[in-house]
Amino acid sequence: MYAQMVDTGTKRLKTLEEMSPEERDFQEKVDAETKIEAKNWMPDGYRKTLVRQISQHAHSEIVGMLPEGNWVTRAPTLKRKLQLMAKIQDEAGHGLYLYSAMETLGADRDEEIQKLHDGKAKYSSIFNYPTLNWADMGAVGWLVDGAAIVNQVVLQRTSYGPYSRAMVRICKEESFHQRQGYQILLDMMREGTQEQKDMVQDAINRLWWPALMMFGPHDDESPNSQQSMVWKIKRKSNDELRQMFIDQTIPQLEFLGCTVPDPDLKWNEESGHYDFGEINWKEFYDVLKGDGPCNHERISTRRKAIDEGAWVREAAVAYAAKQKQRAAKAA
Amino acid sequence: MTQQQVLQEYLLRLADSDMILGQRLSELTGKAPAVEEELAVMNVALDLVGQARNWYEYAAELIDDGRDADKLVFLRDAHDYRNLLMVEQPNDDYAVTMARQFFFDVWHYFTMKSLVNASDERVANIAAKAVKEATYHLRRSSEWVKRMGDGTEESHRRIQDAFNLLWRFTGELVTPDEIDHAMFKAGIGPDPEQLKQDWFGMVREVAAQATLTTGEEDAWMYMGGKRGEHTEHLGHILAVMQFLPRAYPDATTW
Repeated sequence: MYAQMVDTGTKRLKTLEEMSPEERDFQEKVDAETKIEAKNWMPDGYRKTLVRQISQHAHSEIVGMLPEGNWVTRAPTLKRKLQLMAKIQDEAGHGLYLYSAMETLGADRDEEIQKLHDGKAKYSSIFNYPTLNWADMGAVGWLVDGAAIVNQVVLQRTSYGPYSRAMVRICKEESFHQRQGYQILLDMMREGTQEQKDMVQDAINRLWWPALMMFGPHDDESPNSQQSMVWKIKRKSNDELRQMFIDQTIPQLEFLGCTVPDPDLKWNEESGHYDFGEINWKEFYDVLKGDGPCNHERISTRRKAIDEGAWVREAAVAYAAKQKQRAAKAA
Repeated sequence: MTQQQVLQEYLLRLADSDMILGQRLSELTGKAPAVEEELAVMNVALDLVGQARNWYEYAAELIDDGRDADKLVFLRDAHDYRNLLMVEQPNDDYAVTMARQFFFDVWHYFTMKSLVNASDERVANIAAKAVKEATYHLRRSSEWVKRMGDGTEESHRRIQDAFNLLWRFTGELVTPDEIDHAMFKAGIGPDPEQLKQDWFGMVREVAAQATLTTGEEDAWMYMGGKRGEHTEHLGHILAVMQFLPRAYPDATTW
């Protein structure tokens, strides 16, 4: 789940009676689980919310390559290197695919990327944390892709057709990444040296809370969620998804023989869920605002890539124009 | 050298060049000039490291001293690496990245194309898969050389500078030594004279279409990679690439 705190631009929900005939028709379609397609009428707020959410998701795929790029050159075996390279390639593919889905809504990829580089668009807060040891490549796959899947499995049923279909395809690959990530950790815990086991625990210690933050603020602190739920862009609340993630992850954690840095974490027989401690929300909002460990590095790396690559893209455009001219002359 | 030692040496050359270029390309993660290029760069890198693994595995079987493909990659020092000097050159700007790729791809394509018919069945099988990938790589880098050369004034200047910068490393691609001659005689490696003709033919053709000039065939050439004498860059590449297995020698699994 690579979208956090997506602004819907609405202060309160409209009732069916208050809606225009078009709006009512749209909402009835959504309520009946009929997918909205690019050519269909949609409220302006719905369109804008989707552009924000899908672009955030696409930006996250691309920015998310950077913490992995930090280790792909240092992967310790050919097998792990090839796996990580394939994962990074998949992510670039997801980014492209999502930008395309976003463009069906009339948005422009370059403009949205510019917003990212100007600090006006967000990407998932998780990628503002550094990857400090090799086990992070396992923990990112397991926890970060794992958290993303919890959200994206639900998003397969999102109301906008192109986004929903993108999620179906992306989920398959993310599940694969998650299993690979877990396997990295499991192999080190089972057959590794003490130093390797320490790496695994260290990675989990650092990434656990940031992974939980991926689900966004508490429901009562998430003013835009309600509208997104009515539009069925979102299908489950932040807190519900976070709980699902924790419930499915803790048994896997125990199987690894590791712990999470949360003294309040314990199984609650009555609720049938794990109880857990309070997230450091100040840190969450700081990172979102730009004050995380790697915010500066991530954005400046991306900006540099696109800025310094401008001449390459211009060359491609100029060459294509010349070729077209030549073809026209020859015809 | 026995026939088998010659083959081992030749396999390491193929493997090491693939590996080091794949390593260089993976340094570009998140830094390519467009999202499409992120995908393409990683795709090429993935192909190359995959091919390297196939060559290493065969080499390891022949060497048969207990080292597997991973040990060959992660525990040999620079003087034991046999890659072409071209592939260890830094990424620099995208023109240098692409010129390096193009010069390599032309060599790689014709070499793989020839190895498909190698008398050694294992070599022929690995090459049969590799040649498909190399064909795509060459098509892609040729297209980019043309786009840059015949694109804008800036792109033309940059790719021409890159051609000039890297020209001194091209000699090694087409200058055979005793190993290359022996592999040809054994019915495995390409005909060195033919490879040289093919390489220059293709490079000149694409350069002409790209409105670029190439250097002279008899220009001074920097060589030595194939016998383990490298530029200063390789040591740094290996310091990064081999960090984990070197820092944690007791770790037997990752």
